[in-house]
Amino acid sequence: MVQQQAQILRPETLIEEFKKNDVTHVITIPDSETNYLYELMAEEDWLDVIPISREGEAPSTALGLNIAGKTPVCLIQNTGMMEAGDSIRGMALDVGFPLVMIVGYRGWTRRGATPDSAATYTEPILHALRLNYYLVEQDTDGPRISEAFEEARVTKRPVVVLIGDEYHGFNR
Amino acid sequence: MIDGIEVLKAFAPHRGDALVTHSGTTGGRWGEVSENPGRDLRLESSMGQTTSAAFGLALGLPDEKVVIFDSEGALLMNLGVLASVAGKAPKNFYHFLLDNECYATTGGQPVPNAQGIDYAGMAKSVGYKSTHHFDDLEEFVTSVEEIMQEEGPVFVSVKIEAEVQNLPMGLRTSSGGRSRLETIKDFQEEMGIPAP
Repeated sequence: MVQQQAQILRPETLIEEFKKNDVTHVITIPDSETNYLYELMAEEDWLDVIPISREGEAPSTALGLNIAGKTPVCLIQNTGMMEAGDSIRGMALDVGFPLVMIVGYRGWTRRGATPDSAATYTEPILHALRLNYYLVEQDTDGPRISEAFEEARVTKRPVVVLIGDEYHGFNR
Repeated sequence: MIDGIEVLKAFAPHRGDALVTHSGTTGGRWGEVSENPGRDLRLESSMGQTTSAAFGLALGLPDEKVVIFDSEGALLMNLGVLASVAGKAPKNFYHFLLDNECYATTGGQPVPNAQGIDYAGMAKSVGYKSTHHFDDLEEFVTSVEEIMQEEGPVFVSVKIEAEVQNLPMGLRTSSGGRSRLETIKDFQEEMGIPAP
């Protein structure tokens, strides 16, 4: 049980990864699982949290910040990523800026079968958009977030981090 | 209804050093009147999302005035951005809406409830700091200097004539000018922002 607790992805790990990679802005729509992460981000004076109304705004708002020389990340759920498809295409894939998108993997079970179509279609859509992605399921996966940032910087493309833990432990 | 290019011409002398971007048919003519192309950005690609990009630009460069000439068709496609802008309330954000009541670039089909939407009222109720509406060019001409001195976020809707395009895409002549990526590159050089 203790070992299990140690493995749970901590929201603090995401904040640490953001700081390590000089993130300046987080563009987000909060979901029920990320409330504690949201509170933590709001406490950090080096991080500007930008609430948006719909996920399609995330890549485009990030583009404006990128042009301004800032380092934004998008923090959305997989359902919202599907909604944001055209914005990901036109405002992220086509423009040549590095961008990390942290995407909550709603419905992910690790066992393949899932009753949630949000999970069923997540990876096929990433493949269709030719978006590379890293899966983060537990706290020890945290360094994969830095790998995603490094890949985004080198390729000047958006890279996705799928949070396959549904942010367990993020609500306290 | 006002000839849209006259709105752009009336705005130009009061631009100062503001950064300008645009969406829609008439907004796309900004390049015809701009005298500071290094501070112009062409960001259109995903309909409705240029407004969000301008919003991000305003947040990233808080000491610069950021102007967008938006279109009502694009705004309707990303209406939530009004709340997003109002929530962060960038003081340097100037949102001009050129409302021709139709999708001019696809043949002039009306947008939903084309004549019945009070966009300035919408922006006001959602929380923009200052809002204006014009359907008379002279009133716009005499007001725009003062508007550009206001603290943002500012919203200005202007009723304009539609410049309807009906030719098949393959038969249309290109407006020319710099590509989107070229304007971004030129802009970052102008502003001294390192490329990624």
